[in-house]
Amino acid sequence: MLKRFAFLIALLAAPLAQAQPLDEHLSDPAQEARAREISRELRCLVCQNQSIEDSNAPLARDLRRIVRERVAAGEDDQAVLDYVVARYGEWVLLKPRFNLQNLLLWLGPALFLVIGGIVVYAVLRRQRAAQAAAAAAPLSAEEQRRLQALLNETEGQ
Amino acid sequence: MRLAYLVPLVLFVLIGIGLAVGLTLNPREIPSALIGKPVPEFSLPPVEGRKEGLSTADLKAGTPSLVNVFASWCVPCRIEHPLLMGLAREQIAPIHGLNYKDNPADVSKWLDQLGDPFQRTGADRDGRVGIEWGVYGVPETFVVDGQGQIRCKHVGPLTEWDVENKIKPLLRDLTAGKESAVKC
Repeated sequence: MLKRFAFLIALLAAPLAQAQPLDEHLSDPAQEARAREISRELRCLVCQNQSIEDSNAPLARDLRRIVRERVAAGEDDQAVLDYVVARYGEWVLLKPRFNLQNLLLWLGPALFLVIGGIVVYAVLRRQRAAQAAAAAAPLSAEEQRRLQALLNETEGQ
Repeated sequence: MRLAYLVPLVLFVLIGIGLAVGLTLNPREIPSALIGKPVPEFSLPPVEGRKEGLSTADLKAGTPSLVNVFASWCVPCRIEHPLLMGLAREQIAPIHGLNYKDNPADVSKWLDQLGDPFQRTGADRDGRVGIEWGVYGVPETFVVDGQGQIRCKHVGPLTEWDVENKIKPLLRDLTAGKESAVKC
């Protein structure tokens, strides 16, 4: 039983092992991990909704190699990202930067939540006010007369 | 009728217009980060069988120029090629070729068969210089002014419309030393 499972797991893991050609990898595991982290944040320009880490487009491979070279040369993450952004624009960042241009993008959801909250609050307040007004207003003479008539009617039965 | 009932209708129309505009945009067209910036530092040997290579200094020589990123394996390059040949005949500005990740024998044959519109060619075998230029899809065409600043970038094959309405007017304005109104 255990053997069969081991075989299945090995089968499932095989494509993972093949995901990238081995010659790309850096020998220092810490640097390799950083390079992967950076690559995951960069958009592949050919197949636009994949990161360069996930894509096997030739351009993505070239960019991965550049990321690894720069990491190996001791650049920090920000410097590597800046290098690619300088050439391909901020659009290559899968996670947009928090700056003035992207303010609406970042704060949009919170903004809509606040607007929604205000609308709900206003509607509730109006409803409550209407209920309160209805409860507080005494019956007019005409209403009083009709109520009495109805009560009399039921009593009469 | 109360005005509040109109709110959903107005919202619907606004969102509809927004989405309709979104549909007409081309997501493949990425605004170039390099427009208005100087051309990257590079120096490339010529394509096999040609004499003049391409480097940064060639693009800062005082005359505006056109830099076309091409490859023999690129089918759309073949489509736009006659337009480049036409531009070269008109001699508005020198056209330089940046040969992206190509096989030396293939590109040499390609230029011999289809004609060579380029004054200079640079053979970018490993695509490194292409990345410096922010190239992501061949063909790409750059208009560079005499001081070596990138003024326009066109991604994908040029059409006759692009050449007549963007490339030529911009090159003419740059040659005349005028501030150009051409939108790129």
